[in-house]
Amino acid sequence: MMTVTKIKIDEQTLLCQVGEPLLDALLRENIDVSHGCRQGACQSCMLRSLKGKPPAEAQHGLKDGLKQQNYFLACLCYPEQDMEIAYTHHRDYVTHATVKAKQMLNPEIMQLVIETDEELDYYAGQFVNLKRDDGLTRSYSISNHRMHGRQLSFHVRRLMGGQFSEWAHQELQIGDRLAVSEPQGLCYYQSGQPQQNLLLIGTGSGLAPLAGIISEALHDGHRGEIHLYHGSSDMNGLYWSEEMRSLQQRYQNFHYTPCISRGEPPAGIAKGRAHEIAFKDCSALKGWRVFLCGHPDMVSSSKRQAFLAGASMADIYADAFHVASSSVD
Amino acid sequence: MTESLYDQLGGEAAVNAAVDIFYRRVLNDHRINRFFDNVDMEQQAAKQKAFLTMAFGGPNDYTGADMRQAHAKLVNNGLDDSHFDAVMEHLTGTLEELNVPQNLIDQVAAIAESTRDDVLGR
Ligand code: FES
Repeated sequence: MMTVTKIKIDEQTLLCQVGEPLLDALLRENIDVSHGCRQGACQSCMLRSLKGKPPAEAQHGLKDGLKQQNYFLACLCYPEQDMEIAYTHHRDYVTHATVKAKQMLNPEIMQLVIETDEELDYYAGQFVNLKRDDGLTRSYSISNHRMHGRQLSFHVRRLMGGQFSEWAHQELQIGDRLAVSEPQGLCYYQSGQPQQNLLLIGTGSGLAPLAGIISEALHDGHRGEIHLYHGSSDMNGLYWSEEMRSLQQRYQNFHYTPCISRGEPPAGIAKGRAHEIAFKDCSALKGWRVFLCGHPDMVSSSKRQAFLAGASMADIYADAFHVASSSVD
Repeated sequence: MTESLYDQLGGEAAVNAAVDIFYRRVLNDHRINRFFDNVDMEQQAAKQKAFLTMAFGGPNDYTGADMRQAHAKLVNNGLDDSHFDAVMEHLTGTLEELNVPQNLIDQVAAIAESTRDDVLGR
């Protein structure tokens, strides 16, 4: 039976009439939702359902990753039952975790391993928000693949004056507790199309999600070529080179190029910016999947370059949050 | 009832196929790509998609006033007929690349052409 439905968005609740698109109901209540075509074409009215699957028609044309995370288009949405929705991600904390290990990966980046109380449904390359007792919160990418279940690891770069990272480096102890948000973000490996070539470019601790994506891809039996370019201004910013090299030895289709942009690199390290070297090596990207993480300028210019080199827009993945995490450079 | 131009072209799938080709052509064109500096790729792609949907005669919310407003800044920065012509060129080029029959290309071009004065704020 069709009835009027109750829609909760943030602190507000409104009614959506039968046969009324959700977008119209929101606009009628002066809730400012961006929109354009009102026909499911422009995708500017994308919202997210916080409780359960949205109606299937409302997900028409969205990327699989978005569908899985219950994103939908408000202009195509005729609610069948009450809904709780949000603009993007809700910031609710879903579980708690215990610190299991801390280990320095280089002079400024620490690997932090935590074990969550409950199992999280995540993809390597997604990020979570970590919150300490007093509410201080930061986002970190998950650097391990999914088979670890409750175990999550992160690369925490110590930022000058960075409240959370300083504290995590210096004071956080094994056994301490943290609140953990739901995994978020669309920059992750999706199985299917195992023959597709992958290009991954990261700077600094942007390696964390990329390393997770690579291990998930290899674990999944990815057969296409996988090219990783990791860059930093100097040798201090590079890390995990040994791990990546041994991965390269084990998997013929994995290629690793560490790069530094300042000074003379030692043997085995390329000289220049990671993305410039990457696009020189991989100049025809038609049919490739591209993952970008790190400095915001690098990410935005690489997005365009990858697209112009032939990668389809839908195959270019980058997460906005890395802007925040890398803005202090 | 005759099928709409949008449906004849292949509907949304056709728009999706066209948007990458069209946008890549536009960004590669030194005559016009400065107008796209400093814009977010995703947002811009969404606009390209809305534009193509409209040009294909598909469902859209096109109003002349919106078009004017959206391009007013660019007109101030020198957007003129020559740039509009370049975009038209890429629109037809894209459709040719997709092997769309000439009579449909002509219809698409006519719809896009009808926005010229609004886009250029006249
Ligand atoms: S308004 Fe364009 S997709 Fe909803």
